[in-house]
Amino acid sequence: MNNLEKTLYKLKKEKKKAISIFLTAGYPNVNTTEKLIIEIEKYSDIIELGIPFSDPIADGPTIQYSSQKALENNVNLEKCFSIVKNIRKKTKIPVILMGYLNPIYNYGLNAFFSKSHKTGVDGIIIPDLPFEESSLIRKLAKKYNIAYIPLVALTSGLKRAEKISKISTGFIYVTAVTGITGARAELSDELIPFLKKLKNKTSKPLFVGFGISKPEHIEKLKKYCEGFIIGSAIISLIKKKKSIINFLKYITRNI
Amino acid sequence: MLPDKNGYFGKFGGRYAPETLIPAIIELENFYKNIKTDKSFHAQLNYYLKNYAGRSTPLYFAKNISKIFSSKIYLKREDLCHTGSHKINNALGQALLAQKMGKTRIIAETGAGQHGVATATVCALLGIKCEIFMGYEDTKRQALNVYRMKILGANVIPVYSGSKTLKDAINEAMRDWVTNIKTTHYLIGSCVGPHPYPMIVRDFQSIIGKEARKQILEIEGHLPDYLLACVGGGSNSIGLFHPFYNDNNVKFIGVEAGGLGLSSGKHSATLEKGKIGILHGSKSFILQNKDGQVLETHSISAGLDYPGVGPEHSYYKSTKRAEYVSVTDKEAIYGFKLLSESEGIIPALESSHAIAYLSKIKNKIKNKTIIICLSGRGDKDVEYLKSR
Repeated sequence: MNNLEKTLYKLKKEKKKAISIFLTAGYPNVNTTEKLIIEIEKYSDIIELGIPFSDPIADGPTIQYSSQKALENNVNLEKCFSIVKNIRKKTKIPVILMGYLNPIYNYGLNAFFSKSHKTGVDGIIIPDLPFEESSLIRKLAKKYNIAYIPLVALTSGLKRAEKISKISTGFIYVTAVTGITGARAELSDELIPFLKKLKNKTSKPLFVGFGISKPEHIEKLKKYCEGFIIGSAIISLIKKKKSIINFLKYITRNI
Repeated sequence: MLPDKNGYFGKFGGRYAPETLIPAIIELENFYKNIKTDKSFHAQLNYYLKNYAGRSTPLYFAKNISKIFSSKIYLKREDLCHTGSHKINNALGQALLAQKMGKTRIIAETGAGQHGVATATVCALLGIKCEIFMGYEDTKRQALNVYRMKILGANVIPVYSGSKTLKDAINEAMRDWVTNIKTTHYLIGSCVGPHPYPMIVRDFQSIIGKEARKQILEIEGHLPDYLLACVGGGSNSIGLFHPFYNDNNVKFIGVEAGGLGLSSGKHSATLEKGKIGILHGSKSFILQNKDGQVLETHSISAGLDYPGVGPEHSYYKSTKRAEYVSVTDKEAIYGFKLLSESEGIIPALESSHAIAYLSKIKNKIKNKTIIICLSGRGDKDVEYLKSR
């Protein structure tokens, strides 16, 4: 069991919902990212660290902006690893790297997973790597004890979603909307029926992300999933220099 | 026959896209497989290609430039197609496909505006709602085409992210597609994107090479020595090259945009200066920095200003089936002038790159037969060149 699986197991035993916070590595700068992880550790169960990419096709304006700023700060994979290495001195919180395939491919797949293992990364999410292209990466993730977290979409259909669920070695990332990342007032009407059906097909934890930004979202969904991923809403707060902790307290007030 | 069932040309291609898109892409693939052998679909497409787009296009013996280079130079006149470029071939094919799939909205990216105009045209014809994504920089340098798209009833959406050119227009089109996947077909204009797009675009553009092959055999009684075409994403060149693939004595030369020169860093010569990576859905050569970030490119021609290239071209390069070279902005302008002055044909700046390359191989091509794909006409570029 890796660090992430331990956390998931513990949450399940305690019947607690997980909160996973997405931060773009190096936005607004590397020091702030490290500081924020330590600050929000108590209010979050998992950290997703976004590897910035020049062409983030699954992301809305908020994360596009933070990625662009991080790239202007010369953030690359080495810097992402150094962030993980530094915070590992102070916290055991599971860290998942989330990034598009090209920078990872360019780094060298084996080198990427080996370095992830060495620095204390617990999982990987690659939004532009579908099931069909994932076998080599899953093999390497397994070899280096890194959890592989696939995405399932509302458009996947139950049969495909079940197939994808089987390859997960952590949780399953279910996108709450048919679209790109970004805070939204309303999530898709199809989401709850989809989560209910998927629940019957897999015992793996379901985490909902994309658009999560209000306490009502969490209240409505908490019966049907095991965790929530909050990204763009957090990045917007960082941009406005507002307290993330107050927001996390507010949004999780009923779980 | 390439691509293989997973969409690979050797090690290039594949399907790298967000999960939300994958089921729709698989649906497109299955649909396309069915219509490939559907006679009524092809009858309909051929009807429009002939009576609407004006095919077949002539294979014109350019006697004046032939004299200059002491060779036999033929121009495949895609500039004479309706809307002024080869882009209509693929736009018609994909739009008819989208209509059969029951899609009510079509989106497309455009660089030079030629693909945008072709898509807007076909959507007007078929009564389909149309939105075109175009980098803000390109809306300025190809303003005439923006206006044409608007006249045709399309909504043109300027893209302000990144380098504000073709790459960013594709990013934005993909984001729209992820959001509106149920109603919308993404009509990709080049042989890029996740499988099956590189194959679909190639197949619809292969009419260029099929016609040219038949025409040259009729006129000359033998195959050409060289095929010459410009390469951005690579749709006109793959359309010309592919039907000659098994004709081993026919040499393929793809001409990329050398911009201000390959050593300046300001160019779009992906196949010469790129590294293998993943962009816009497939594995291919990409212009990227040491961290795997995609580079901003430069070319005088908006249609070639792209840091990626179709995976089939990467395959042709790695197997040495084709040679890829480049000419600079300056040289392209020379090609533009040469064809205008000596043949009375004003070529698009994209196609001018292929023309310009003639002077770089003038010693090799003496007494040889060459077919150049004249992918588009240059009206759209006149205003920009005048303002320079």
